[in-house]
Amino acid sequence: MRIESIQAAVTKALEPSGALWLAEARAQIAADPAALARLFPAVGRKCGRGQLWTDDPELIGWTVDDAVRTLLLAGAGIADVTAVYNYGDAAERRAVLRALPLLGLGAAAVPLVQDALRTNDTRLIAAALGPYAARHLPADAWRQAVLKCVFLGIPLAWVADLQRRKDAELVRMMRAFAEERRAAGRPVPPDVLMLVPELRGEEG
Amino acid sequence: MRIFDPHIHMTSRTTADYRQMYDAGVRALVEPAFWLGQPRTSVGSFVDYFDSLLGWEPFRAAQFGIAHHCAIALNPKEANDPRCAGVLDLLPRYLAKDRVVAVGEVGYDSMTPEEDAAFARQLALAIEHELPVLVHTPHRDKAAGTRRTLDVVRESGIPPERVVVDHLNEVTVRMVAESGCWMAFSIYPDTKMDPDRMVRVLREFGTDRMLVNSAADWGNSDPLRTSMTGAAMLAGGFGPADVDKVLWQNPVDFYGQSGRLDVSELDADRAAVYEGNSVLRGSRE
Repeated sequence: MRIESIQAAVTKALEPSGALWLAEARAQIAADPAALARLFPAVGRKCGRGQLWTDDPELIGWTVDDAVRTLLLAGAGIADVTAVYNYGDAAERRAVLRALPLLGLGAAAVPLVQDALRTNDTRLIAAALGPYAARHLPADAWRQAVLKCVFLGIPLAWVADLQRRKDAELVRMMRAFAEERRAAGRPVPPDVLMLVPELRGEEG
Repeated sequence: MRIFDPHIHMTSRTTADYRQMYDAGVRALVEPAFWLGQPRTSVGSFVDYFDSLLGWEPFRAAQFGIAHHCAIALNPKEANDPRCAGVLDLLPRYLAKDRVVAVGEVGYDSMTPEEDAAFARQLALAIEHELPVLVHTPHRDKAAGTRRTLDVVRESGIPPERVVVDHLNEVTVRMVAESGCWMAFSIYPDTKMDPDRMVRVLREFGTDRMLVNSAADWGNSDPLRTSMTGAAMLAGGFGPADVDKVLWQNPVDFYGQSGRLDVSELDADRAAVYEGNSVLRGSRE
């Protein structure tokens, strides 16, 4: 994921009025970082909330406001990013979570990911499990989050680096989950069978 | 019948309510910030509440096909607790949000100096953020409270068409009608206002600037009273277009003044039912 492809997609997406607003917003934030608090919530109204059109597979599912907010966050430190997240509505929080891999914050933003994973808001949980969580979230929390996706019906295709991070403990947890479902006479979700193909043979 | 409930506290309601509301025709609502029955004692408690109005509750409503917007404010009752006064300093952060379509509920509870100060300050914030205002009128000494409310609104300089004065009844409606503010009525099982009385008010004062809400919360209240009022209007000789104006178009027009009302996800639904009718004008542009 690169800031350049986000910039390119935003340039294509914005109407002249949105482009002008973004240029002014960036200038204001450069002059006074506190302006971020006022400008960040207005992005959807000023630049739109439609799907972002891009060739970058890592930006699939992103919206224009996500991408513009990422550009506004570029260069912000962990204190400002945390404040924007804490005061954010759901759309703002989703944008912060999606932007995390690009902000060069190391592991400092893990508490924001953990906050999102405590919610039951599927938009936030999906956004929290992007490349940043794949890289920085401790294994226990990451496995619990993947299992939570199955419970909430969030497609596992949205979890970054799922196959690479998958380990024996996650497979055990998925097996136990499948067993519980079968005992209750309920179907095992296809995503679980995708993650643990051996379970397919045991179906029926 | 499609319904926009312009005042309801979904935080206190169940998923069964959401389902029944949808079945009755409710497709959009505004949840104003108010008190929760149990007084709060810290600013942090309000932060979590506002977050819920902007995060979890709209998410929950969407599961049931209902568009959720909110109004944000420090309510008059809790404005009297100095431990909560700091909420006023935080409001600008929340008034900047997409789904915040008004400042509210503000107004009077016991008509104290603290309430005066909070009310005036929040009217100024509404002007600054270009938002409409939802004003609660007191349960006790309602006529005097409503009169004083209208004085404060006038002094603030906010245009009256951006203000709705709520919980009106036969005694208080006329002074609000004459002020140019919008008039709102909370239809309750026993108190405030009932569907048949509402029909009489509409017959006398017309359907312009009129809002009907359930104001349902954690008390004895009913989220379906809006729908019952629509039925009472039809039974009382009003036509479907009048019902649609009061129960849908008027709330859209009032909150649409914020420029932030988004009922676009309801387009398909609406096009099917109201083809050819230029509903939602303004908010589409």
